[in-house]
Amino acid sequence: MSSAAIEVSNLGKVYDAVEAVKNLSLNVQHGEIFGLLGPNGAGKSTTLRILITTLSPTSGTATILGHDVVKEADTVRRLIGYVAQERAIDRFLTGREHLLLFAELYHLPKQEALSRIDSLLKLVNLENDADRVAKGYSGGMKRKLDIACGLLPHPKILFLDEPTLGLDVQSRLNIWEHIRQLRQQGITIVLTTNYLDEADQLCDRIAIIDRGEVRAIGSPKDLKASLGGDGVWLTLSDATPEALDQLTTALQGLPFVRAIRPRENGLDIRVDGPEKALPVIMETTNTVAGCRLDGIEYHRPRLDDVFVAHTGRSLTNEPAGPEA
Amino acid sequence: MNEQIQEVLALTNRWVKRLSREKFSMLFTLAQPMIFWLIFFGNLFQRAADIQVLQAPNYMSFLAAGVVVMTVLNNGLAGGIDLLFDKENGFLERLMSTPIRRSSVILSRFLFVMAITGMQILVILAVAFLFGVIPETGMLGITVILLIGMLFGVGLTAISMAMAFSVKSHGDFFSVLGFLSLPMIFLSSALVPLSAMPGWMQALAFFNPMTWVIDAVRPLIISGWSQALPQVGMALMVLVAFDALCLYGGAKAFKRSVG
Repeated sequence: MSSAAIEVSNLGKVYDAVEAVKNLSLNVQHGEIFGLLGPNGAGKSTTLRILITTLSPTSGTATILGHDVVKEADTVRRLIGYVAQERAIDRFLTGREHLLLFAELYHLPKQEALSRIDSLLKLVNLENDADRVAKGYSGGMKRKLDIACGLLPHPKILFLDEPTLGLDVQSRLNIWEHIRQLRQQGITIVLTTNYLDEADQLCDRIAIIDRGEVRAIGSPKDLKASLGGDGVWLTLSDATPEALDQLTTALQGLPFVRAIRPRENGLDIRVDGPEKALPVIMETTNTVAGCRLDGIEYHRPRLDDVFVAHTGRSLTNEPAGPEA
Repeated sequence: MNEQIQEVLALTNRWVKRLSREKFSMLFTLAQPMIFWLIFFGNLFQRAADIQVLQAPNYMSFLAAGVVVMTVLNNGLAGGIDLLFDKENGFLERLMSTPIRRSSVILSRFLFVMAITGMQILVILAVAFLFGVIPETGMLGITVILLIGMLFGVGLTAISMAMAFSVKSHGDFFSVLGFLSLPMIFLSSALVPLSAMPGWMQALAFFNPMTWVIDAVRPLIISGWSQALPQVGMALMVLVAFDALCLYGGAKAFKRSVG
């Protein structure tokens, strides 16, 4: 078996002359929760579809546990589980009937299937609603049914497409909890999301995808740290360029300052440990002639800052639109 | 092979379950309009129609064959609708991410649509029977009618599925469907024999496979074997060509859509 659970190299997909995915490469390690983070239409769903073998790439390769998603599609399909978006539910079937259908499609032995279905329904807390038609299910219940369907074939790798899109906070936390439990059982998990907090709190590692390309890969912590420490923003009034230079030189001498960048009407200072840094920065600013401190702002780096740093725009300001 | 049978049956079972939970939709959209065509149209034109032109004992018995084939047409052309919705809501993708044979989904649809079509043909013939239309060729004739009907249905269902896999939205699907079905009926021998049509309509109807199917079913109902057999032979040849063409197109559209 190869070292990574999933290896994607130079993947490309062109739809009607539009490059949805460009030269995309990434690895997913065994047993991690890996997130594909990006705005709608970024190419993350296209990437996911290629990995679950329902879409073939225009160029490049992808392997799942060493099996090529195009040449060995059938083998790949036996190794993975797929949790679709909640619309992919047959409203006329009951929850249990969904699972029975998939048990037949995966050719699970009858007795094993029945007991597995019972335990899955218990796992996702759907036992009481299992024999109602899905028409009456809430968004959260449909998502739980989706997860149960995805887990039915004992997958080594589980793919989830926007697992908490449109869910209320409680259902969302619930789903996150389920996903974490699955990781504990050793299942590798790949999910797409356009929620920053989901990527930040749930995923072990993420790939930031924008306009079909990977912009950054790493753990949320490392990505944030790579921005260079916590940010202290100084707003100065009437500072002359000379005074700014003088202040920058003075600050650069301080031990906890890692980087200084100019920003509008002031400076963006990256520091280690704000407790000591803040008073000293204020003091230093006051000693430089011609700098009057108008405001000081401190924030820990957020994942959105990482997103902005790598794509030049904010994910949170992206208007919600239909997935391309 | 056994695995594929299991897949097809499981998927067919799903269509049956869906239908059983949509009883009203089944009753109103599929069966009832055709029965009304037979009852109202059949009785309405009973005296207006010229028996000499029809070459049939009465209009009802003439129309029965047309209504049988119209049922096949409607069922067949609507046969792809459920797959269209499966495609739009992602259920198809979910099915395709499982290790099933790609053809199982399509086969389940054929199996289901043919079964429903067969039952509806029997219902139409039963209603016609109540109005005194007794098939001249008996039970064997009815079996041949079912066979011809299903052969025609296979091609139509393939067209419908090809459309379902090709269209961008279900709006497009339903506009094409609406555009196709009425001309198919009027430009065929369903309502009047070709000989009674204006020349240009006759010419168009000649190239409509539906005409050939109706012209085989009709003598099975109103004439008898000696007149029916050559027509049945012709219809079978037309249908083999028609089905081959439709299945080829359908397979291409399916491959393009799901790979």
